[in-house]
Amino acid sequence: MADFDAIVIGSGCAGPVAAHELAARGKSVLVVERGNYCGAKNVSGGRLYTHALADVFPDFLEDAPLERRVVRERISMLAPESGVMVEFTDEQMRRPGVESYTVLRAKFDPWLASKAEAAGAEYINGIPVEKLLKTGDRVTGVKAGDDEITAEVVLLCDGVNSLLAEQAVGAPRPARSSVAVGVKQVIELPERVISDRVACADGEGAAWLFMGDPTHGRVGGGFLYTNKESISIGIVATVADMVDSDVAIPQMLEDFKNHPAVAPVIAGGTVVEHSGHLVAEGGYDAMPALVGDGVMLAGESAMMCLNAGYTVRGMDLAIAAGMHAGRSAADALDAGDTSAAGLAGYVKALDGSFVMNDLRTLRHFPDFMEHTPRMFGTYPDMAAQMMRKVFLVDGSGMKPMRKVMWPMIKKVGLLNLARDARKGMKAV
Amino acid sequence: MSTNKETTPVNVDAYLGLNKYEVDEGNPHIELAPNPDMAQFMELVRVCPAGLYRVSPDGQQSADFAGCLECGTCRIVAQGGAVAVWRFPAAMMGIEYRYG
Ligand SMILES: Cc1cc2nc3c(=O)[nH]c(=O)nc-3n(C[C@H](O)[C@H](O)[C@H](O)COP(=O)(O)OP(=O)(O)OC[C@H]3O[C@@H](n4cnc5c(N)ncnc54)[C@H](O)[C@@H]3O)c2cc1C
Ligand code: SF4
Repeated sequence: MADFDAIVIGSGCAGPVAAHELAARGKSVLVVERGNYCGAKNVSGGRLYTHALADVFPDFLEDAPLERRVVRERISMLAPESGVMVEFTDEQMRRPGVESYTVLRAKFDPWLASKAEAAGAEYINGIPVEKLLKTGDRVTGVKAGDDEITAEVVLLCDGVNSLLAEQAVGAPRPARSSVAVGVKQVIELPERVISDRVACADGEGAAWLFMGDPTHGRVGGGFLYTNKESISIGIVATVADMVDSDVAIPQMLEDFKNHPAVAPVIAGGTVVEHSGHLVAEGGYDAMPALVGDGVMLAGESAMMCLNAGYTVRGMDLAIAAGMHAGRSAADALDAGDTSAAGLAGYVKALDGSFVMNDLRTLRHFPDFMEHTPRMFGTYPDMAAQMMRKVFLVDGSGMKPMRKVMWPMIKKVGLLNLARDARKGMKAV
Repeated sequence: MSTNKETTPVNVDAYLGLNKYEVDEGNPHIELAPNPDMAQFMELVRVCPAGLYRVSPDGQQSADFAGCLECGTCRIVAQGGAVAVWRFPAAMMGIEYRYG
């Protein structure tokens, strides 16, 4: 007999939810997390859309360590000296089910883990799983430190940099074009100062994405999220494009912080942490098999993340996938069949959920971003040029807009412009 | 894209100094291949969010992994090439994010 019904590897977003669902069904569950505490190794932007969390923990608002509710969506296109911003705010952003909150993972992940523990899951922290135990093709347990522990089913919730997905389902190391590198700093400022700078009440704040100059024209962008008493600021850049950038990524972040549209927002703040993490952005076509004999993958270990340019979503996908994986694993355990066929209920449940729906909807977006470099350089520059002509008055006499814009459009080519617009519409 | 504006050079070591680490002295979790290919090493210089891959003015390559953020980017770029071994730090070791 196996030591546990289920072993969950990793306690980020997917892992604790899967463990919670299994434990709630009376299954014996062991969670192995390599961080000394949950969240110790984890980074997100980050804004959490709460709909998936609410499905598992309807009362999450009572005690979840959330930072600020996002009530201002901002997108800026930056040229080196200027910025054009679009802002969207809506009462709907305060509606349950639609609400999103900023989070800091070193606070959020321990809370999520505590829910799994309260339901009866056992935890080992501070030890990485080195490899999976296998009998033939079937995964039968894990090796962690000097221990070999067996289970009827093993759930890989070990995130984007999974060193185990290859052994589990033959998923190769992700391609450079399927992942982005993220660099981030947390900058402390007084609560009230932050509220004022983004024109929000305390407890509410902004999610702000930037294109163009932050990545010096490379595929990717900058982000800024307001927390209760700090600001999360960073860069996400596709690895395949970043490798031959003329500026290294830590310098990109420094330049971004000094951009005239950004510097006043963080002025006077104290940097308290500098972090780095990968983001899966290959989308639907980069996903591996989700089940094998005795094994399931949930969250970013299976590349479940959406980078749609205007927003990054991985946490709500991971939470929902963890929920479905946990429930389907419990069903398979009840039926006494945790082979790939026995676990197929998970694939089906996920397929019918928003997770696969949204991944399919944005299926062509990664390709669009990679092959439309003008999105990250030329177009932000054009927007800035246009605004200059509209708003800067020096008495030298106005020129008609069409005369101003035509040389810029000619430079890109009308056909290219139309083609990019069409590709963009098709990708979203 | 215009990139030739004046920039303040980043002091990434000062930022890493703000982080909390349990450093596993003498037991780095990443190992470089002997004589890494310079072109690939330069890729690592650009992508490492901790700026740990460095080339001195006289062309000497170096990397001190004590400040590693364990992101795995160098694994994606160069495992099997310039990066010979990439594993997680030993039990209880490595970065400990206090914010994340
Ligand atoms: C810069 C950045 C910005 C982002 N912004 C957003 C955002 O705004 N909104 C959003 O929804 N998403 C965002 N994401 C994505 C989001 O963070 C991830 O999609 C999400 O965390 C994935 O959850 P997960 O449970 O699959 O993996 P993770 O949360 O990464 O958890 C994996 C866990 O497994 C552990 N682990 C790994 N290997 C082992 C092992 N061998 N043994 C034991 N434990 C192991 C890790 O320590 C970790 O705790 C962002 C990501 C980054 C990097
Ligand atoms: S894992 Fe990340 S932080 Fe560590 S050396 Fe590699 S690229 Fe740099």
